[in-house]
Amino acid sequence: MTKLVQTLVDGLGVGSTYALLALGISLIFGVMHLVNFAHGELITVGAYAAYFFFLHGGSWWWMPAVIITMAMIASVFTELVAFRWVRNASPFTLLLTSFAIERLSHALWQIFVSPKQRPFPKPAWVFNQFKIGNVSFEVMDIVTISVTVATLAITALVFKRTLFGLSVRAAAEDFDAARLMGVRANRVISGAFAFAGLLAGVAACLIVMRSPAAEPSMGSDWLLKAVIAAVIGGLGSFSGAVVGGIVLGLLETFTRAYLPEVATGWDKFSTALVFILIAAFFVVRPDGIFKVSHAERV
Amino acid sequence: MLEVKEITTRYGAITALHGASLEVRQGELVALVGPNGAGKTTLLNTVAGLLRPATGSVHFDGADITGNEPASLVRAGLALVPEHRRIFKDLTVEENLRLGGATATKAQRRERLDEAAEVFPVLRAKWNTSAGFLSGGEAQQLAVGRALMSNPRLLLLDEPTLGLAPTIVDVVFELLGRLREQGRTMLVVEQNATRALQLADRGYLLRTGHVVASGAGAALAADTGLFDSFIGDSTPRSGT
Repeated sequence: MTKLVQTLVDGLGVGSTYALLALGISLIFGVMHLVNFAHGELITVGAYAAYFFFLHGGSWWWMPAVIITMAMIASVFTELVAFRWVRNASPFTLLLTSFAIERLSHALWQIFVSPKQRPFPKPAWVFNQFKIGNVSFEVMDIVTISVTVATLAITALVFKRTLFGLSVRAAAEDFDAARLMGVRANRVISGAFAFAGLLAGVAACLIVMRSPAAEPSMGSDWLLKAVIAAVIGGLGSFSGAVVGGIVLGLLETFTRAYLPEVATGWDKFSTALVFILIAAFFVVRPDGIFKVSHAERV
Repeated sequence: MLEVKEITTRYGAITALHGASLEVRQGELVALVGPNGAGKTTLLNTVAGLLRPATGSVHFDGADITGNEPASLVRAGLALVPEHRRIFKDLTVEENLRLGGATATKAQRRERLDEAAEVFPVLRAKWNTSAGFLSGGEAQQLAVGRALMSNPRLLLLDEPTLGLAPTIVDVVFELLGRLREQGRTMLVVEQNATRALQLADRGYLLRTGHVVASGAGAALAADTGLFDSFIGDSTPRSGT
């Protein structure tokens, strides 16, 4: 029972980070049919922002604002300098462009900062534990889950209530029809990138609080998981991305916790098993949990 | 109010419009008719800014709007109800309407939402329903209502009765008549050619990208000889 609850909380913690990233990927896919493989780089940007901020005497109080702002700027910037110019190109061109940005970002951090990991202090309370009954939780688990819930609630509100949110949803369904409503193409796409940056920034905060270090290629692992989560949920479906993220997080932690330990090194097998399960899932439901009828296949 | 001069629009190697011209004056209802593939939708989409003409010009209230973004055209007072309606199925009825008023101020938007609820009782009944669940007739009324949310001085309608049951076609024509009485200037592409021409002040007959005839709506409709030669069927057709 104790193990079950702890695994569940762990899974929700990891899963909610995936969910934030997957939502950003689904958002960008919605408005421009781009599977943005450079999305993970926003985490890297956030981590380096934190590193430099500490170098210049920053404290954890201001850190989230710095990380989120930098991730948003970076996200909008990639659209402005790269994606805007290939907006009407084929999805394949868009995809390659995002790969190029990802590689370029790795290279730039390696050249201008260092190929090595750059650590910075973590907030003191992160791994503090507390007990409810005889189950012990880390403070960070609770922070992760509640921050994600709050972020998703705000996101839902923005998409439901604001004109910007309506424009993004409409543009995701039928871009030209949205333009006929007076929605400006550049503005809605920039806005979507800014919002995806915000979500990635929140995810980056949660990630660097746990492992406070910046590394050139740190975004890649997260990115892969986030893309998988978005695809599980049904690319272009916003609620699907969230569900996909949570499902993937739970799947990972549960296989890790409950697979029998055959020999040392076999814990790696849990990752393999997760991917096998995902492959099997796509055989059954190739369009993900929430099928998006108007999304073009890439 | 609207002057389309000699526009030619191409899709890659295919030319859909060959120097077509037409004019819509303040307060008029102008019908644009013609067989399938004549370029009617291309013409409306070019005027609304979704397509850019290769040659020719479009003037709205004297200003050259050729190739302008749809977003700026909506702000100038021009709205298109596109072919197949293209309402946002993932959005609720109310959200569709709100987005239609994207260019209006908050107060105007609220006022027009109330108006829309009054004018379209069918929509009021489904205010918070996803637009994907609407019937064809309801969806068409939503498409028109959504375009009206920007309070356009010129309303372009592309096949507003396409795919609708005969009784619903009547509802749509009634709505067009009402909008006309209110003084709304309209350019309508219609498959129910005779009926549209009878309602219209003037009409244009488009065939393979050329304007081949124009004149007072009723006269054009009565000229069945001309009609048969171009459309081959002068009786009003109901929805497909």
